Amino acid sequence: MGHKSDVKLIVDGKRTDGREFDQLREVEMKVDVVNRANGSAMVRFGNTVAVAAAYGPRELFPKFMQEPQTGILRVRYNMAPFSVDDRKAPGHDRRSTEISKVARLALEPGLFLEDFPKATIDVFIEVIQADGSTRVTGINAASLALADAGVPMRDLVAACSVGKIEGKLVADLNGLEDNFGETDMAIAMQPGKKKLTLMQMDGIVTKQEFDDLFKLATENCSKIYEMQKKALKETYRRV
Amino acid sequence: MEKGPSIEKEIAAVAKEHPELVREAVKEVAIPGEFIADKRGRKIGHGAYFEGDKVFSKFLGIPRIDEFEINVMPLAGVYIPETGDRIVGVVNSVEVSGWFVDTNSPYQAFLPLSEGVDDFVDTQRTDLTRYFDIGDIISCKVSRVTKNKTVQVTMNDFTAKKLYGGIIIKVTPTKIPRIIGKGGSMIQSIKDATKCDIVTGQNGIIWIRGDDKAKAIEAILTIEKESHMLGLTDKIQRMLNQN
Repeated sequence: MGHKSDVKLIVDGKRTDGREFDQLREVEMKVDVVNRANGSAMVRFGNTVAVAAAYGPRELFPKFMQEPQTGILRVRYNMAPFSVDDRKAPGHDRRSTEISKVARLALEPGLFLEDFPKATIDVFIEVIQADGSTRVTGINAASLALADAGVPMRDLVAACSVGKIEGKLVADLNGLEDNFGETDMAIAMQPGKKKLTLMQMDGIVTKQEFDDLFKLATENCSKIYEMQKKALKETYRRV
Repeated sequence: MEKGPSIEKEIAAVAKEHPELVREAVKEVAIPGEFIADKRGRKIGHGAYFEGDKVFSKFLGIPRIDEFEINVMPLAGVYIPETGDRIVGVVNSVEVSGWFVDTNSPYQAFLPLSEGVDDFVDTQRTDLTRYFDIGDIISCKVSRVTKNKTVQVTMNDFTAKKLYGGIIIKVTPTKIPRIIGKGGSMIQSIKDATKCDIVTGQNGIIWIRGDDKAKAIEAILTIEKESHMLGLTDKIQRMLNQN
């Protein structure tokens, strides 16, 4: 990240996988994929696949974690050992702890947690195939899972990644661009309310570039938001 | 239970005949955060919230809008107790002066002694398990829910009673009205066909007793699964009349 590398990320004005700069990968969204969960969803961005399952609101144990005025949200982000080229050591690590937290902070403002004092809502995000932008894919899936679980929400949360590769601003980075690009930025927002819930950036950009990146992210989040709406409506299509 | 392709085919046939129904239905479902109506001084009921004069949906559900009230009926979700609900619960623990009841929700309900039995009880000498013991199934009414979700239930209601024998099944609470049907028609037809005693709780617990339990459960689970589909009543009727 941020340093020069030999890997060519742009060939003949196109990205390595043949996309335009502002083009998303192929997106697939499926709701209600885990039988035992209250709500669940699968989101695929190209080769990145995340499954999220939401449970609750349910009774919160250990009891000392209970909040008398409000419910709490617990998010667990996990990458499967087989999700990457080399085997990933299974279990929690620094990275997943951080992403669990930012995913929780991204989802929390969208929920009416005050409707469930003393209770908890648990969301489990499992990345089963990783090829860049896993946290935003996970957040998209988690948002769908929560809506499917019937949790009261202010708005769906749509997330997308943008970045800079070889001086060009691009949307939805894949694994290669993530590793060898100059900058990457993860954005989550509530497009219906025009509110930002997550922004993380790694790398260096100018102020102008930042503004452009942000605009690009907003546009793509709106696109993803429409796809999420469609996926939810498809599931409950009345025939 | 799954009759598979034949049902799908049937539904597809209905959809072909009445495409407007399909279009209408898909349009009808609201997504969390979706704008559903202008407030215009109306009351905001269950499942909606407002910002300024605009009303949005809280749930993935079906908006019900009339001249006085705006509601959204969620399509899924766990049960949250509300005053006046008639529920089926399982006694969880016996305390000095009452019982705790599992209500199939994030909150346990308390059944005080005075709300549980009519007779005078000397708590010093009586073992409360003679009225309700752990594992007993009761049909009761939610009498009070505080802001912090402390729930109290009562047996002072004409439907409230202890349920002997039988088994309980859990269904999605939001599907209970569909299982009961208009004026109780759906549940009555199941009762008639299977000769089972059935008690439905608004918390999604259904108590069933009788010889033909399997058939009743099959019918109920089918309703739960296909509650949003057209021609369900006929299908259930056919299913019950078979063999």
